[in-house]
Amino acid sequence: MGRDDPPLTPEQVIAKRKSKPVFIEWKISDKIFYSLLAIFGSVVLIAVAAFFYIQHHGHYVTGMNNQVVWGMPHVFAIFLIVAASGAANIGTLGTVFNKPTYQPWGRLSIVVAMALLVGGLAVLVLDLGRAGRLMIAMTHYNFKSIFAWNIILYTGFLVIMCAYLWSMMDRRKWVVKCYKPAGYMGFVWRFVLTTGTGSIFGFLVARQYYDTAILAPLFIAASYVYGTAFFTLVLVFLSRFGLCELGQNIQNRLRYTLAIFIVLVLFFELVRHVTNLYATERHGVEAYILSGGDKVTWLFWLGQILLGSLVPLVLIWLPSLRNKQNALLGAAALAIFGGLSQLYVLIIGGQLYPVVLFPNATVHSTFGDGEIASYHASLPEMALGLGGTALSLLVIVIAVRVLRLLPDKLLDE
Amino acid sequence: MTKRIVEATLKGQARNRIGPADEPSDLIDRYKRQFLSGLGITAAAVTLAPGVMLREVKAKPDDEAVTNKVRWGMLIDTNKLTDGGDTMVAACKKEHGWGDDPHASPAQQSQWVRKVTFKDKLTQHETALPVMCQHCETAPCVDVCPTGASFKRADGIVLVDKHTCIGCRYCVIACPYKARSFVHENLENQQPHSPRGVGVVESCTLCVHRIDKGLQPACIEAAPPQAAVFGDLNDPQSTISKVLAKHGAQQIRADLSLNTGVRYWGI
Repeated sequence: MGRDDPPLTPEQVIAKRKSKPVFIEWKISDKIFYSLLAIFGSVVLIAVAAFFYIQHHGHYVTGMNNQVVWGMPHVFAIFLIVAASGAANIGTLGTVFNKPTYQPWGRLSIVVAMALLVGGLAVLVLDLGRAGRLMIAMTHYNFKSIFAWNIILYTGFLVIMCAYLWSMMDRRKWVVKCYKPAGYMGFVWRFVLTTGTGSIFGFLVARQYYDTAILAPLFIAASYVYGTAFFTLVLVFLSRFGLCELGQNIQNRLRYTLAIFIVLVLFFELVRHVTNLYATERHGVEAYILSGGDKVTWLFWLGQILLGSLVPLVLIWLPSLRNKQNALLGAAALAIFGGLSQLYVLIIGGQLYPVVLFPNATVHSTFGDGEIASYHASLPEMALGLGGTALSLLVIVIAVRVLRLLPDKLLDE
Repeated sequence: MTKRIVEATLKGQARNRIGPADEPSDLIDRYKRQFLSGLGITAAAVTLAPGVMLREVKAKPDDEAVTNKVRWGMLIDTNKLTDGGDTMVAACKKEHGWGDDPHASPAQQSQWVRKVTFKDKLTQHETALPVMCQHCETAPCVDVCPTGASFKRADGIVLVDKHTCIGCRYCVIACPYKARSFVHENLENQQPHSPRGVGVVESCTLCVHRIDKGLQPACIEAAPPQAAVFGDLNDPQSTISKVLAKHGAQQIRADLSLNTGVRYWGI
């Protein structure tokens, strides 16, 4: 409102207040709430049991080995961490870009982001060879290590998101003033965080499938896909159970955000693979991933490209499916499947291909040199990964139930 | 005695000096002879006069700090490795007790050093060599370790501090030589001088426990005659430095510019 505008009449003030949403807890029956707690809690407990099982016996009970040292837990952990950054995008769009459609969902967006990060970190930490030494990871820093920087980025993300959420929820004037700075800080931090996570692989000079700076922007784009897809599923679920009906506007916004970033991820993947195909030293690993016929080839073409990218794009852009919530739901679920496939191909496919010591030679040894390694995820690993996801969902369910995160009505224009 | 050996080496090389009237094929043969005789005498010195060599690896009192005046390294001549490095691998295994962990699958076993055989696709020439931690000057494993548990000692030996390793395995992926292993199970009856631990990463220590006592690494002692030499790369008077200065050597993945402490001939 400009300085010269006439003062509002009492009726106008009341009307303005009425048009703003009031934030409420998730109004859901106890039966559904406790059922959700029981389901997610059970999966978390199974993951805890898997953690103690692995810690007690050692990692020989997992499918990981000295050829593939990062397995299924890392696929889940990195997916959740990257998705966390993307889920906070809804908040950013409302705060930094002043989009009113997104503003009512800012609180939920930040809580989903924090929950995803906590779930991802839990998986990462519980898979450590010496998880009991977590304190060492927090007190001993090698600042040349991108991994150490990521520890700072993840804990910093949680702190900033807490402050951001607080600035949304506390209505005191001085706290409200912190809303914009916290939003901007979160926006920047998210970029740095996903850049850092992509660089975990980008900085690995030893492996031909990694060792490229394009992994940083690829992870940034992927974070929007994973995060938007996950947030969409949460939002649709909440709306179908107790929350006000979702307006078409917010659904379309989510739909197009998802589509744009799926296309961007495809673009970065295309550039990455074409660059690799141009460099002779990377022909071997590219041939293995793209046409090797192994599990990763199927996951790449069928999982990531077809089901995870092209089918969601059809579901989003096909005119006959426009305004269909189930199409959006399907696109989001498939995008998550595509994301998990993408990370499996990247993390595990990159390790399955042997380290090249002697180019232009056939190599063999007693330690897998010159051979494609093998990896099969074990049950404890799957339990850890799913447990992290369940932990995220558990946190979200509890948070929306006890905190006033959801708007009582929709400003869907 | 060291002086005598060096003089003998130089005299031997002087005899093989190339004359102006040599044919190209003769030149190659003479180069080869010159190269091999230099290496042969060096290796003979290692084999025949261990007392002399041992003095190159001086014992360090326990309370004396390691300095960067020394940089330990080794040179392996694959042409002289009649077994391709099998005895070196076996000696390492015996010294450190890795490789037979009862529960781990073959792919999960630790392997501090392995025999790698490679055949050039064009020439079909086959070479076998032992590959272990190359003790890089700028080691990727040290760079990526989040806690600093992977570290390089002042004398160039790359080690893992098993008390601060959290078992994230990032260094295992980061090593271009695949020289690191993760221990997948609880272990018993370990070698007291080389403790190993479940859930942490390990690799060749260059037998640091022996070096600090003035001994050579176990693999060097077990290597076939004339096949491997160990010493101080910073000391221009050490045998390894003289041989390297004279004939040079190759690094595996030299394109990565890691300035490895382990060098090879014949790869």
